[in-house]
Amino acid sequence: MDKITTKKKRKDRKQIWAILFVTPNIVLFLLFFVSPAFVGLKYSFTNYNGLMKNDWIGLQNYIELFEDSEFYAALINTVKYSLVTVPLGYVTALILALILTSKSVCGNSLLRVLIYWPTLLSTIIVGLTWKWLFGETFGLINYLIKLSGGTGIGWATNSTAAFATTVIAFVWADCGTNMLIFIGGLKQISEDLYEAAKIDGANSWKLFRYITLPELVPISFMVIMLSIISSFKVFAMVQTLTNGGPGTSTTYMIQYIYSTGFEKMRVGYSSAASLVMFVLLLILSIVQTKVNNRFSDY
Amino acid sequence: MKFFKKLFINIIIYLFVLLWVFPVLWVVISSFKNGNELFRYPLTFFPSQPTVQNYIDVWNQFDFMTYMSNSAFITIVATVLTILISAMCGFALAKYHYRWLTIVFIMLLCTTMLPSEVIMKPSFTILYHLGLYDSLWGCIIPCIGTMTGVFLMRQFFITVPDEMLDAARIDGASEGKIFTLIMLPICKSQISILTIFSFKWRWNDYIWPLLALRSKNKYTLQLALRVLSGAEAVNWTALLSASVITVIPVLVIFIVFNRQIMNAGLSAGVKG
Repeated sequence: MDKITTKKKRKDRKQIWAILFVTPNIVLFLLFFVSPAFVGLKYSFTNYNGLMKNDWIGLQNYIELFEDSEFYAALINTVKYSLVTVPLGYVTALILALILTSKSVCGNSLLRVLIYWPTLLSTIIVGLTWKWLFGETFGLINYLIKLSGGTGIGWATNSTAAFATTVIAFVWADCGTNMLIFIGGLKQISEDLYEAAKIDGANSWKLFRYITLPELVPISFMVIMLSIISSFKVFAMVQTLTNGGPGTSTTYMIQYIYSTGFEKMRVGYSSAASLVMFVLLLILSIVQTKVNNRFSDY
Repeated sequence: MKFFKKLFINIIIYLFVLLWVFPVLWVVISSFKNGNELFRYPLTFFPSQPTVQNYIDVWNQFDFMTYMSNSAFITIVATVLTILISAMCGFALAKYHYRWLTIVFIMLLCTTMLPSEVIMKPSFTILYHLGLYDSLWGCIIPCIGTMTGVFLMRQFFITVPDEMLDAARIDGASEGKIFTLIMLPICKSQISILTIFSFKWRWNDYIWPLLALRSKNKYTLQLALRVLSGAEAVNWTALLSASVITVIPVLVIFIVFNRQIMNAGLSAGVKG
């Protein structure tokens, strides 16, 4: 009898320790994830402006949102941004990974380090670096264009040019991580597969097309999902680089949410936009988990 | 023929990498030019009279020492706390088998779906009500709970054999003792990976300082840079040298821990 109680006591104590170990993370989770989510949801049904107006207005914010051309512009810009940066980043990272794992390149690891290094810079620094290069009158790039006989490009005044600067800066800052993931994936592919194919007379394009690419499918998927999510989250870098301009041509979702919420103080309205954004991200995450699970079955 | 092909690939990739790091080099080179030369046509590549005056100016004009120590305080405290709570949580998730722990795990996984950028205003409300507004702790506490850290630790502790814990239990060690004296020391390499990433995240963080800090003397380096660059007439002379100063600590960490960083990136694809 006594033995059983001590055993039970010890079991209880173990459970108490388990609770203690996870408590900090749970508290933080409730404070900085669950409660902001609910507060945001509540705001989205009000006309809260950060001060006193705080009336329940039902779905009015959402109705207004779907008639707001600025919101559509931000949403379309973000999707467009994703559609351009993700494939570009994917191809760049994959090509770099292939070259930097090939045996014919000398000093592979140094080159990898140099490609990876921009990912450690803060978004603000990335924005500043490219702003300095893309300066209209003082930037090096326009200077080089003029030297070779062209006319300088209005990087800050032409909307296509401004869009291009945000794309270049993003791919540059994001590529290193993806390249490393690809290199990790390439190392996992068994040499035997290549050897066997070579004996069958496959050339290097065929090796890539029929072995490398199919073997990389799960990793490719992960890279694409991660890139989509990070392109959706782009904020401080673009704020520094173009500040959303000219007009709204480089205003992306987070920038839009920030400026309506903090600058125009339309908290309720901005929260409604956040919720739409959240739903989009949620769908992406669910797709990602679903597909990841399928791949991990193999 | 094969030799030339190899040479060709090497030349191309070296040129490409040079182009890749060039933007940063250009900022560094420019930061040593004096204010006139910076905007004088034709542009010079190397500074004609290299000067550190910009650095001295920016150091004196702006309260850089304060910004830097704020950034350092946030980074160090947040990193220590992140490691501690991630290890605790990861250990519990890996080594105890209660049904409610699975629910905890799934709940924590949800956090990866809602980035803090999306809920900035409500987060601000919470910060404000917790009395963390305009305090450096407002940039620490909200971000020490990271799923990346918990996951990293959990994956490691799963590989630790249960017998190791049972042996210690038979010797009468409490669970807390097992964790601090046996488990923490064996996850050194996980701790170093998390240290590096947490350092990068917190040093480069912009969102939480933007939300939490108001007084100038509490600014972090990133926030100061943003304020400098958001001015009507951008003071590039100050900005360039300020950027270089801000990057140096990250560069040092990167050089020292280069191997761990590249390996961690390879295996986990840690994003933050």
